[in-house]
Amino acid sequence: MASSDEWGRGLHGIILRDIPRHESTTLFSSLPNIRGGACETPVNLAASITELVYRYSISTRTMDFADENFELREVQRLEGHTDRVWNLAWKPATGVDGVPAVLASSSGDKTVRIWEQSPFTGSFECKAVLEDTHNRTVRSCAWSPSGKLLATASFDATTAIWEDAGGEYTCVSTLEGHENEVKSVSWNASGSLLATCGRDKSVWIWEVLPHNEFECVSVLQGHTQDVKMVQWHPSMDILFSCSYDNTIKVWAGDGDNDDWHCVQTLNESNSGDKMVSCSDDLTVKIWGSDIMRMQSGDGTAPWTHLCTLSGYHDRTIFSVHWSREGIISSGAADDAVRLFVESKDGLVDGPTYKLLLKKEKAHDMDVNSVQWSSMENRRLASASDDGTVKIWELCSSSGQKKA
Amino acid sequence: MTLGLINANPVVHAKKERIARTDDPHADDAVDPLEIYDILYVRDIRDPEHPYSLEQLSVLSEESITVDEKLGRILITFTPTIQHCSMATVIGLCLREKLKDYFPPHFKVDIKVAPGSHANEESVNKQLNDKERVAAALENPNLRQLVDECLYSSEL
Repeated sequence: MASSDEWGRGLHGIILRDIPRHESTTLFSSLPNIRGGACETPVNLAASITELVYRYSISTRTMDFADENFELREVQRLEGHTDRVWNLAWKPATGVDGVPAVLASSSGDKTVRIWEQSPFTGSFECKAVLEDTHNRTVRSCAWSPSGKLLATASFDATTAIWEDAGGEYTCVSTLEGHENEVKSVSWNASGSLLATCGRDKSVWIWEVLPHNEFECVSVLQGHTQDVKMVQWHPSMDILFSCSYDNTIKVWAGDGDNDDWHCVQTLNESNSGDKMVSCSDDLTVKIWGSDIMRMQSGDGTAPWTHLCTLSGYHDRTIFSVHWSREGIISSGAADDAVRLFVESKDGLVDGPTYKLLLKKEKAHDMDVNSVQWSSMENRRLASASDDGTVKIWELCSSSGQKKA
Repeated sequence: MTLGLINANPVVHAKKERIARTDDPHADDAVDPLEIYDILYVRDIRDPEHPYSLEQLSVLSEESITVDEKLGRILITFTPTIQHCSMATVIGLCLREKLKDYFPPHFKVDIKVAPGSHANEESVNKQLNDKERVAAALENPNLRQLVDECLYSSEL
């Protein structure tokens, strides 16, 4: 089997040097998207892409953060998984307008759990366990933009598609093709395309067809190693992938969308809308793109490195996610959750970020995933090797939650 | 007594006499490198390719283990028998798997090859400390079997 080749028969792949980039495996993160829909983020890097208007509105809102002390208050601890929880995803359009908030979590126990907040008690309860489908770790999960479908990516080399029929989840399709572990799955903004990636170094793009049919339209080769995460831009059909080869690649299609190619490989010398990435190299990096060009529909507008947050983490950062208000959360291998906001010191060109707070011992073990709720601005979920999911509320230290 | 082999490798050393220690790794709060060494029972972890233990092949010694108890960090460095040892990653997996259930959950274990001891030192270290890759490898039946053979072989 291919994996034996990497363990015991010599390793292939090189660590690329002298290219200013993440010095180690890039993991993904998010793009904050306030235009409705869930925050999408690629790459263990959290890619947050913001539109120009959003950026200005963020800059006024972040003034609030500078003036107060905040704390991250644990609201609830969700138990049930019998192995580490790798990933979680808030269901779109829930947690608002009287619709109870819903969360999916994927685990090394080969299952996905669906948690729903009770409108009466306010507590999250496990509503469904999606099991007997994957026969290995479920590494990540992603809701379609409408919330009707849930895609689950597994080390068993398949991606399962589940349909929610009033609380009952059925597996309606299984996407096969990857040669080994699938590590990430992401839907585009319109829900017409799905992307998957894995240790076979490839990124697959699938078209969503009627009657729960899926057709692979492109297999993207370009990364030289394991691809750990994929994420679509929140409004454009641009795909980001990040890899064990320490790079982030940006993929765009031509008109008919069946011909995809890599339009950029990110490293620090490149220079929007902003994206945040995190890595094994203990840094968080912020990237930006030319907003004007992106707004005019140019998917090839290049990304540039804006700043690096270093010295804040002393172990691998597994997940970053950018909230609608511009707060970057990180989950790391030191069991802590950290929050960063843009700093208004104005002493340097371009944005700088500062640590808003560090929640030590957020979990008993590594934090693998952090995700802001797309509907409630100050609500955060985290998933850990300790087998639990936690729900948090960001409050000012006086104990009051701001609206 | 050192046994020399006719072929080029490996150099095999005599087994040290085992000192009896408490069986309960949590008997006291202190986490001591010697304890870890013992837990690893490197005398009993078989090299993937040769019918000798890691201790006999000097892959690991008591000095290869450092513990920061305050932070809950353990660092293990091991020395593959040759510079291009293709089994270095398997040995690392065995060490990790052996230690898995012995420490409080918040302890972090880093496993590396001793500096200068392997031609692909950086990429071996990267792979051994990539949690996702390690998890996937241990779910692979072929690798799982190899690791189990190293850990539970009765040939020693």
